Amino acid sequence: MARDPMLDIRSLRVTYGTGRMQVDAVKDVSFQVEPGSVYGLVGESGSGKSTVLRAICGLAPVSAGRIMVDGREVPSPRSKAFYRTVQMVFQDPYASLHPRHTVDRTLSEPLAIHGERDAEARILQALREVGLGPSFRFRYPHQLSGGQRQRIAIARALILRPKVLLLDEPTSALDASVQAEILNLLDDLRRNLGLTYILVSHDLAVVAHLCDRLLVMRHGEAVEETSSETLRANRVESDYTRSLVEASQGFTRRTPQAGAPLAS
Amino acid sequence: MAGSPPLPPIPTAAPVGMRAWLLSSEPSSRWQARLGRGYLGWRTFSRNPLAVIGLAVILLLVFVALFADVIAPYSPIAGGDLRTERLLPPSALHWFGTDDQARDIFSRVIYGSRITLMVVMLVAVIATPIGLLFGTVAGYMGGWVDTVLMRITDIFLAFPRLVLALAFVAALGPGIENAIIAIAITSWPPYARIARAETLTIRNSDFIAAVKLQGASTPRIILGHVVPLCMSSLIVRVTLDMAGIILTAAGLGFLGLGAQPPMPEWGAMVATGRNYLIDQWWVAAMPGLAIFVVSLGFNLLGDGLRDVLDPKAAK
Repeated sequence: MARDPMLDIRSLRVTYGTGRMQVDAVKDVSFQVEPGSVYGLVGESGSGKSTVLRAICGLAPVSAGRIMVDGREVPSPRSKAFYRTVQMVFQDPYASLHPRHTVDRTLSEPLAIHGERDAEARILQALREVGLGPSFRFRYPHQLSGGQRQRIAIARALILRPKVLLLDEPTSALDASVQAEILNLLDDLRRNLGLTYILVSHDLAVVAHLCDRLLVMRHGEAVEETSSETLRANRVESDYTRSLVEASQGFTRRTPQAGAPLAS
Repeated sequence: MAGSPPLPPIPTAAPVGMRAWLLSSEPSSRWQARLGRGYLGWRTFSRNPLAVIGLAVILLLVFVALFADVIAPYSPIAGGDLRTERLLPPSALHWFGTDDQARDIFSRVIYGSRITLMVVMLVAVIATPIGLLFGTVAGYMGGWVDTVLMRITDIFLAFPRLVLALAFVAALGPGIENAIIAIAITSWPPYARIARAETLTIRNSDFIAAVKLQGASTPRIILGHVVPLCMSSLIVRVTLDMAGIILTAAGLGFLGLGAQPPMPEWGAMVATGRNYLIDQWWVAAMPGLAIFVVSLGFNLLGDGLRDVLDPKAAK
């Protein structure tokens, strides 16, 4: 823990609306992420985990608290330099690619915005990194499968060589076998490129597989910060986390009630 | 498909190879991808025979307008002998007959297609970008920008089109240029509304958020990402409006506020034919028929385009 954290969130608060319509989506959440590690945000739907990601990258309003990336407080509105450091992969690959743009256009857009040279080679390299050949370059999103689309979305996020990647349930819209492929791809990319991830998921198995440390959230509040070893060993502290772990193990029948004979 | 050997870019074996190239699931260039998309659109479009008829009518209009001086047998402005050639019925010599100035109506209708085409194109070129800009900016920016822009749109929308056009022409003086400007400033508000509605449905989508996270500026997002998605419904609407625009232009001409004599404008020609409607029906009927055919052509084309560009609206 000697290194400075890559990402330092201090008492982050996100509030929507005013007066009686006021909703606190995130309440005083703090956590730090080490460079090169994977940090998980876990919780049920509506627990504010995605909102934390959106607040980091400026898509949700920050009403209080501090966000530090790489030792510097992030400017508001976010600068171009920030977007070169932090990128995001969205949950639904069917909604995150522009339906009228080819893969080529989608990948060249960030390069054009940041005035990068050598677009041709960078696009081909980005496709190679996510395991797609050059034959995918001029396809439209409707010519791609869900897994291929998510690979394109990852390629788009990585083409600017960011240091931090925010993953908003990157596999929950995909079927099981494709999920594993994408998770392995993300793991390989992190090792090869030295990336830092924040992974939002409601799937404890995914989080335990990828993450070093994780934060359990509920109703916009942090419930417990723990590590995936603790999670796997089922030594978690709070009742809520325990119930999440139980839920993730699938449906378990309670002990059969007396007087209700079962066929044996 | 992934394992197939690389094909030559354009196979020489015509229809089948060409089709395969167009429909390739792995295009090798931007152009092939675009052409493939265009070809798929054309296939949907050409399945609708009425739409193809509409397209043919519009292409005929463009052709006739381009080659008017070759096609027209007589001058559209200088008439023949006023003693013997006035108000002649349709014949082999004068296909559509002659009018009260002894001018060949067929030639006048042919030359009139240039005016009609000019009106239609200029109105489309002026009104569509204004509507698109107002609508997408209002929809994307939201807040007070939206309020201001949409109230301006509402003000323009509150005037009946022909009445505003009449007032405008009355203020600036009659003439085809003023008629075009008048029609253009009265036809953009519906386009702004459509563009705004489309923008509202896409502005919160993930792909817009994604390009925002790449640091794209607002003009870049609006022009490069929002506008392309608004274009298809707007093109359909503009095409369907063309009939109305032609009728408005003809109406202004009929009232003497559009094209001025001796310009062979179809609406003005109908107006002169009004005096001879009972005995010399062809003077008014022939330009009227031309207005009818072209308006119908635009409507059919618009319906066909809607099937291609806006599958949601199709039955």
